[in-house]
Amino acid sequence: MLDFPFFKRFSLWLITLACAVAAIPSIVSISGYAWPAQLPSPGEVNLGLDLAGGSYILLEADRGEVERQRITAMEESVQAALRRADPRIEFGDMSTAGGRLSFLLDDPTRVDAAREAVLPLLGTGITRDWELEVVDTSRIVLTPTQTGLAAALDTAMESARQVIERRIDAIGTREPTIIREGDTRIVVQVPGLEDPEELKRLLGQTAELEFKLVDTTALASDIEQGIAPPGSEIVPYAPGSDFEGSQIAVKRLGGIRGNSLTSAKPGFDPQTNEPVVDIVFDQQGGARFARLTQDNVGKPFAMILDGQVLSAPNILQPILSGQAQISGGFTTEAATELAISLQSGALPVELKVVDESNISAELGADSIEKGTIAFVVGTLALMLFIIVTYGRFGIYACVALVLNFLMILGIMAVANTTLTLPGIAGFVLTIGAAVDANVLINERIREERKRGRKVIAAVEHGYQEASRAIFDANITNVIAAVLMFAFGSGPVRGFAVVLMIGIATSVFTAVTLTRMWAAGWLRRARPNDIVL
Amino acid sequence: MKLLKLIPDDTNIRFLRWRVPFYAVSLLLMAASLALVFTKGLNFGVDFVGGQLVRVTFVEEQVAPIAELREEIDALGYGEPIIQQVGEDNQVSIRMKLPAGAASDPAISAAMATRITETVQAAHPDARIDGVDSVSGKVSDELFETGMLALFLASIGISIYIWVRFEWQFGVGALFALVHDVTLTLGLFAVTGMEFDLNIVAALLTLIGYSLNDTIVIYDRIRENLKKFRKMPLPELLDLSVNETLSRTVVTSTSLLITLVALLVLGPDVIFGFTAAITLGIFVGTYSSIYMAAPILVWLGVKSDSFVPSESAIDRQEKVARGEA
Repeated sequence: MLDFPFFKRFSLWLITLACAVAAIPSIVSISGYAWPAQLPSPGEVNLGLDLAGGSYILLEADRGEVERQRITAMEESVQAALRRADPRIEFGDMSTAGGRLSFLLDDPTRVDAAREAVLPLLGTGITRDWELEVVDTSRIVLTPTQTGLAAALDTAMESARQVIERRIDAIGTREPTIIREGDTRIVVQVPGLEDPEELKRLLGQTAELEFKLVDTTALASDIEQGIAPPGSEIVPYAPGSDFEGSQIAVKRLGGIRGNSLTSAKPGFDPQTNEPVVDIVFDQQGGARFARLTQDNVGKPFAMILDGQVLSAPNILQPILSGQAQISGGFTTEAATELAISLQSGALPVELKVVDESNISAELGADSIEKGTIAFVVGTLALMLFIIVTYGRFGIYACVALVLNFLMILGIMAVANTTLTLPGIAGFVLTIGAAVDANVLINERIREERKRGRKVIAAVEHGYQEASRAIFDANITNVIAAVLMFAFGSGPVRGFAVVLMIGIATSVFTAVTLTRMWAAGWLRRARPNDIVL
Repeated sequence: MKLLKLIPDDTNIRFLRWRVPFYAVSLLLMAASLALVFTKGLNFGVDFVGGQLVRVTFVEEQVAPIAELREEIDALGYGEPIIQQVGEDNQVSIRMKLPAGAASDPAISAAMATRITETVQAAHPDARIDGVDSVSGKVSDELFETGMLALFLASIGISIYIWVRFEWQFGVGALFALVHDVTLTLGLFAVTGMEFDLNIVAALLTLIGYSLNDTIVIYDRIRENLKKFRKMPLPELLDLSVNETLSRTVVTSTSLLITLVALLVLGPDVIFGFTAAITLGIFVGTYSSIYMAAPILVWLGVKSDSFVPSESAIDRQEKVARGEA
């Protein structure tokens, strides 16, 4: 137990110092100084928002909305595929009720042709995204599979995350953290941001821009009652637009989406001087826009943003340049925000703020300062007590404690973890466990001496016998930490991470390192008695 | 150099003599705590019940004008606010229930937060808004569930490990001590009305960690002594084990208390409730290791030959040294 050959000593010191050095940049930056950029840095421990101040926003997508969107998209693709078939496959009674797409073939003998036409749309992976069923010889039913839905949701959330990233970058916020959580959530953390209203407005805007033809056949009285002609839907005007409070009927299909833009900039209408957003379609979108305007000259079309009509002007002439102007009674601010949102792309799904927390940076700074003072005072008092109680062995324990602290911080820095308030609790627990390990060992050495063992044997026995209890105590903590990490949320996890790192380092410093020092001293001094 | 010894050598306190009255008192306290938790309830933070929390510091005043604030916010028509002092006398937290319809449209609660902060700042120019929390009911339920689930699973996992490493009686004993600690702490939160939020769950976890550490140290010594002294009656053996580890128990607890008291007195207000819970936990945990976890072994009937097959060479040497073999 007390045998430490040179290479072992060397590697133990190497590990310790490497971890401890990694902690230096973090300590410097937590103390409020910037770590010089010229110097290498292994990464720093980030302070959580509860310590540093900032905004935390938890966004959630509606799973049902993704499912509905997916069915609508499928409806359009199936219609196109059946029309493209040669000869064209006639069908009717298409419905999306019950989360399934079903339609009736006019000619039951063409079931196989229809199946053939639809098949490429059902997904190409090992598992199908949709199940195809033929009911009563002429009705085809497409049901989304769970794997298909999960994949669609995953894709939607990932692209939502990227859109959010672009939007936040556009308003010049520093170092935001944007991570997905679970199936349908995205966490946005922005340190230092105290008033997140602008950010929330930006993230709350899906920014799905659509151009749809106005259904001029609809009766005004029907629209008022919310009854749309077949194939059309009723859409309200947006707040702030010219016809705020009224509704309009638009054709459900056949419009185009504004998600294929190359640029969107705020500007002013040259005639009215009203704030507008100038958009430029990419090539494909431009071609589709040109076709839509060419085919429908003289008819009104609606510009719809997130399900609300901004305006519905008449198409005066075909627009072939791929450029358009969106107006809708914007303020300058609103036009700028819409431009950012459109430029960054539409969110594939609407996101709602379900949890929000803003902590002032002043409060955060105050907490850190007081926390640091309390921590330093507490630790010094603790060390004094340990040294008074255990003398030389107490000094070993204290040095181990400081190294333990540095190692936890160093490993957290390299792993780029965030230190939160519950994380500090984890710190307190591990420091406690580390002190306890030394207390156990030293008490055991005392006992062994009292029983009459010689110095070396007593130290050896002390470490050996105490290790068993230390081992059991730490394993139980590991079990607790792993379960907490697996099943807990936010704060509980923060606690668990620090605990896991801390258990490893505290056993290492409090048991292995102190044993090495004790062994070295015993070998050099060969004491006949020890003060303990 | 003379070193400090808090516990003199050869201390022999007969802890277990009082096991029945102590158990009775503890069980009564546990029952009272549970009754309080179910009748009076815990003062849940917004983390757990949903709602809005605005923290304000009145920079230029000694004492926050709580009565005025209550009137001003009441006048907004969102319902009655719960205003509490936190930390310094000039700091308050204002808690509001989420307004109707906020579950489906988060903009409603955002608007409420804005109006409250604007009202406060208009009436009190020195008011500094320290933070705004807004948690929807759905998320809060989830946070509560996952927090409790983690707590529950951690306790079960730990007990199973102790059962495997020791004997089933030890597993039950450790679990009982954990339940005891958590129940009493919850009782304290119910009595004082201190806010119970997610950070307190972390404090409970810390407390469990400490308490368990204590229990395991004593159990380890009991295991060792069971191997050594096969003929000794169990209560006597438990007393011996507790006494042998008493010095360690006291030194460790003192060390932790030193650090915690520093955090309580000098530390930031945000962690006060949290540190208080851990500090209390040190006392409760130490007590439960000695009076809950150990005596239960007598009643559960630990056999003195439980650990015999693993008798090691060291133990035999031990006996030779004492002339028992």
